[in-house]
Amino acid sequence: MSAANELTRAQRNDLRTLAAMIVPASDEYKVPGADDPAIQADMLATLGRDTALVAQALDHLARLAGQPLAELDPARRDAVATEFRATGGAAAATLVRVVLQCYYRDDRVLRSLGLELRAPFPKGYTLNEGDWALLDPVRVRAGTLRRAR
Amino acid sequence: MNKHDPVDVLIIGAGASGAAVAWSLADTKMHILCLDQGGWMNPSEYPSTGRDWEAKFYGDWSTSPNIRGRPEDYPINDDNSPIKVVNFNAVGGSTVMYTAHWPRLHPSDFKVKTLDGVADDWPIDYDALTPFFEENDRIMGVSGLSGDPLSPLTHPPMPPQPLGLSGPLIGNAMNKLGWHWWPSDTTVATMDYEGRARCINLGHCTPACAQGAKASTDITYWPHAIRAGVELKTHCRVREILTNEHGMASGVVYYDKDGVEQFQPAEVVIIACNGVGTPRLLLNSVSGRFPNGLANSSGLVGKNLMFHPYAQIYGFVKEPTDANRAPPTCLWSKEFYDTDLSRGFVRGYGIQFGRGAGPVFEAVASEQKGILPWGADHHRVFRKLNGHRLAVSAICEDLPEEHNRVTLDPVLKDGHGIPAPKIDYTISANSRKMMDHGLARGREILEAAGATDICINDPIPWGGWHLLGTARMGTDPARSVVNEWGRSHDVKNLFIVDGSVFVTSGGVNPTSTIQAIALYVADQMKQRLANLFD
Repeated sequence: MSAANELTRAQRNDLRTLAAMIVPASDEYKVPGADDPAIQADMLATLGRDTALVAQALDHLARLAGQPLAELDPARRDAVATEFRATGGAAAATLVRVVLQCYYRDDRVLRSLGLELRAPFPKGYTLNEGDWALLDPVRVRAGTLRRAR
Repeated sequence: MNKHDPVDVLIIGAGASGAAVAWSLADTKMHILCLDQGGWMNPSEYPSTGRDWEAKFYGDWSTSPNIRGRPEDYPINDDNSPIKVVNFNAVGGSTVMYTAHWPRLHPSDFKVKTLDGVADDWPIDYDALTPFFEENDRIMGVSGLSGDPLSPLTHPPMPPQPLGLSGPLIGNAMNKLGWHWWPSDTTVATMDYEGRARCINLGHCTPACAQGAKASTDITYWPHAIRAGVELKTHCRVREILTNEHGMASGVVYYDKDGVEQFQPAEVVIIACNGVGTPRLLLNSVSGRFPNGLANSSGLVGKNLMFHPYAQIYGFVKEPTDANRAPPTCLWSKEFYDTDLSRGFVRGYGIQFGRGAGPVFEAVASEQKGILPWGADHHRVFRKLNGHRLAVSAICEDLPEEHNRVTLDPVLKDGHGIPAPKIDYTISANSRKMMDHGLARGREILEAAGATDICINDPIPWGGWHLLGTARMGTDPARSVVNEWGRSHDVKNLFIVDGSVFVTSGGVNPTSTIQAIALYVADQMKQRLANLFD
């Protein structure tokens, strides 16, 4: 059992291996995998209130794998990952969410998606007004507001 | 216990209704004090100011007080409910954390027994609230388009939100089906308004608006009320309301910001703590004279909890949507709002449309639904989904049922040791049929828009935004907790002004109606000041 406020070296290794299975690097899209050192560092630095559940998920993963995930052959590793996602409950969901929330705020990933590298505030975004003539058929159909007799 | 000088009016809760009633009563020049368990929020710390804005939604800025766990929050045992309570505790209350969708109850919603033979009619009608709806819209600052043929007539002082990319996709689909749709009234300022800057599409309205374009009562009612002399004390959590030998409320016991017990005497006590917080407070206010909780001779305090079950269906279109670059809601439909017994259920539902989601939310939600794979295909699929979502949510009218209730948890307590609320709630057979109907129609809408990869949230689990009915209004003291102007039948200087007093829920977001009722009750009080306790 791991401490509630930190991950062990073995857990960090399994987290990195699992993260790469969730989101591998891609030459086609020119993006790193979720095992990228900067993304991993972001995860560990911002685990915060999720630490206990992520540690619990990694304990569950370790039990399923029986050895470091990275040392399993690919087929066995895939089977363990599938079993982990199916049986890991809220802890596994939290771990996956932590991986994804750190991955999808990485500059390289956002750039690949065509998204701006900034917080929404203070610049915001521009919204097209759109064609209000679309409402004409609704006006034509009209209708009656129901009232008590 | 420290005892303070008495005040004329003590309001508990500085959220939607507490702020409105405080502002309205301020012109009486009475000494008015409001206590809130939370504090003033700092917009510079709101999520959209940081690169980790989406991640915060899963933690410090979760809509669930149980997940968020700020010191200002209290825990809620909602294990026995498929719909979990969401709220926010601060000056502004849950208006700090809401989508700003701003429909009103319809006139027919006040007469459901007369029209449809179910539940009960309200003791007041829509027309009684009309001037207060109008006044509230002006103060909160509403944007929208007057003239919706299937909604009560409103006069929004600001133009509607732009249709953007998602609006036309939805509008075209609805036109193809021949179904009603209309731009939503919202409390998002579409132009500079009363000191608020216009919306710049931060796309993250629900967990607070850093721009201040979304109306929350900390930036609308409260500055006016405080300038008019109302006193507001923050980080003061009320434990119980005390009564005197005449059975009148004498004041409240609360814990101040340092956790020190205080007694605040008052001539009038007004509760504005929402449909969970209000029954919790009344049930915690037990005495020899009121052994089952205060104002509870009917036994109905905490009962008839109504949530609005949300049946949500969403899918992904080829065209780009507004994603996180616009307020999340912009359009509604009342096509299925009124009773049509051929549908197999009584009453109906409103529809609110969602413009899209940000990348983290999309990745997390789609992975959980099993449509975003792990491994090599992850990137291709994510690019197909991200920025292409459209959502349809049926907000179903929940009818009152006494077994849906708020009680006190025998074990769970908040940070001050005050017993926490426990929720027991089931979705009724009527609501279930309504939700199924909403999902089926939602699927037709999405298919008309060309959406694929359709998923459902049935119900939206963390969808207990609307907390209604647990101290209902009525003329019969045996069948209601407060009278037709918000005064407790049992305690004649005790008033309730929040969503607890709803008799039925309608099929729309309730905040506009909650605030109109608060203003109406304040107006009734002002008209009766000479004989308020008769």
